[in-house]
Amino acid sequence: MTYTANPYNLANDSDATDPRRIEPEDIRRADLPPSAPLHGAHGYPNVALPERIVSGLAGAALTTFAVTKRRDVSGAALALAGGYLMYRAASGHCPGYAALHTGTTHATTGSPTTDSPTAVIPHGQGIKVEKSFVIQRPASELFAYWRNFENLPRFMDHLESVTIQDDTHSHWVAKAPFGKTVAWDAEIINEIPDRLIAWRSTENADIPNTGSVSFKPATGGRGTVLKVNLEYLPPAGILGMAVAKLFGEEPNQQVSDDLRRFKSLMEAGEIPTVEGQPQGNKEGFTHRKPLLKTTM
Amino acid sequence: MKALCWHGKNQVSVDNVPDPKIINDRDIVIKITSTAICGSDLHLYNGFIPTMEDGDIMGHEFMGEVVETGKAVGNLAIGDRVVIPFNIACGNCLHCKKDEWSLCDNSNPNAQLPEKLYGGTPSALFGYSHMYGGYAGGQAEYARVPYGDVGPYKVPEGLTDEQVLFLTDIFPTGYQAAENCNIQAGDTVAIWGCGPVGLFAIKSAFLLGAERVIAIDWVPERLKLAQEAGAEIWDYTKGNTLEYLKEATGGEGPNSCIDSVGMEAHGLSVDNVYDKAKQLARLGSDRPHVLREAIMACGKGGTVSFPGVYGGFLDKIPFGAAFAKGLTFKMGQTHVHRYLPKLMEHIQEGRIDPSFLITHRLPLTDAPQGYKMFKEKTDNCIKVVLKP
Repeated sequence: MTYTANPYNLANDSDATDPRRIEPEDIRRADLPPSAPLHGAHGYPNVALPERIVSGLAGAALTTFAVTKRRDVSGAALALAGGYLMYRAASGHCPGYAALHTGTTHATTGSPTTDSPTAVIPHGQGIKVEKSFVIQRPASELFAYWRNFENLPRFMDHLESVTIQDDTHSHWVAKAPFGKTVAWDAEIINEIPDRLIAWRSTENADIPNTGSVSFKPATGGRGTVLKVNLEYLPPAGILGMAVAKLFGEEPNQQVSDDLRRFKSLMEAGEIPTVEGQPQGNKEGFTHRKPLLKTTM
Repeated sequence: MKALCWHGKNQVSVDNVPDPKIINDRDIVIKITSTAICGSDLHLYNGFIPTMEDGDIMGHEFMGEVVETGKAVGNLAIGDRVVIPFNIACGNCLHCKKDEWSLCDNSNPNAQLPEKLYGGTPSALFGYSHMYGGYAGGQAEYARVPYGDVGPYKVPEGLTDEQVLFLTDIFPTGYQAAENCNIQAGDTVAIWGCGPVGLFAIKSAFLLGAERVIAIDWVPERLKLAQEAGAEIWDYTKGNTLEYLKEATGGEGPNSCIDSVGMEAHGLSVDNVYDKAKQLARLGSDRPHVLREAIMACGKGGTVSFPGVYGGFLDKIPFGAAFAKGLTFKMGQTHVHRYLPKLMEHIQEGRIDPSFLITHRLPLTDAPQGYKMFKEKTDNCIKVVLKP
């Protein structure tokens, strides 16, 4: 068998004029609804990085000048101003901007809408997962399979079912300990055919979550780069246990395993497994746990 | 059915287990007619490969007749005689398409284990620990073979099991080891280890145009077979191997070196005693004495090829020597699928008869004795073939 350089003739991603090109903002908006931070109490980032750097340098200069050259009331005021600038730089949050409902980050430059939903996940409280896989199938095929959310439980181990309600809404049920389940409704908040799907849970979700999946041609026509961004809010109590079970101690690993199964399903048409194969007797011998610790 | 199962270090037994069945649509089930014990099975037997579980069915060199095919397998019929590559490969991923079958992305259900340990997963293997997929092996009466539409290779009429059985692993492995050396006419190739892989590497090196092959071992019957294959032989217990190779090549060193020993090198050199102590204390998984020696021996601009298996972190590797001499290193599991058509042709044309190295034929029920004998090299044992 010979290796074909570009079996699917996928478009070269370096073409900036490609209308299907994903701009970073597409995904960012998906992860963080534009209106969300405006409802947050305080502390969310609303100062863009370049401004934070300038703010930090200016603040440091001002404070240094104040404490070394002016040891009077005006010096104290300058030091206070310098401290304020440095706080903006360090935290990325400007109370002034917040009071004015504005800011310089992407999330805050969008204009507020009147019916804006509440933030799915308050800033800094969610668990974020980001994972990529290259899959030797065209983006359109991967997109089509994924876009039918009812397919997802086939390769996402912790999902029990997804029911599509309408074009943008779906109901998700996931497995939880003790035979229980957790559920939430999700809505698609951004979609670019063959390139991007972004969703978030709606109100009263057991596990508030938001995510996006993007499909981009790999270099040299070597398949499609699939990238998943996921953020969820782990609740406390029994639900917290359920979530811990869902995502394991390493949510990254869970997502990675799910995506690897998706890759196998798309490339090889099936998910590799040894479940149901014969195995020998275990009695009479010491059972060895399948760990990597012993000799490596 | 009966199957040879692993139960711990030096503990194997023939157990009654359920028959395998089709699980995925691309699976087939074969009735095994011949299967062999491989040198790398001894690494499992000796307990050096992690992630083995009590009851795992061993064996990755096997062939037989198709008895059942999954819905997606259209190229095989019940009764077809097939040899089964020891690596399990999907045929669809980028690596399979590049003819790098032992690097298949999709066959290993436990890919996260090698991913963590090695930063990437090789293909799954039959009967070779859960890190390599946990697939039941072929030292049994029946076996399930995944991706039955791309792995199994039909045996042409007129060839016996013993002529083609070693196409499953050791013949392609020896061949790839020699091919990796990029042998030029007039080259001298030194080969450490005259076990089955080493012996096939000797024959393959000649097939690929080597003028001289120097074979290194200490077991008399192995050296005898190496000599019969046309190699000059060197018993490393008789003197300094590095000096011998230097002298035997007019001071140049061999053009390429093949380490067909791997992680369990024998010998009483200072470095090997140190490695052995480390291995016993579980501080290291490998005894890379041969690897070090091959690097030191190899002539400038040469290639060191490693068909021998290594598993973990190696130390005291003369990397400076490799750098100074501009050496090339080639290694990895064998891409068996790649070599099957060519090697089957060599056998059909009578250029090689792989059955030359079989010393023992046992019923499957005697497999535990076969393992013990092969490990201890008693009764001049070189290769054991089991008949289920």
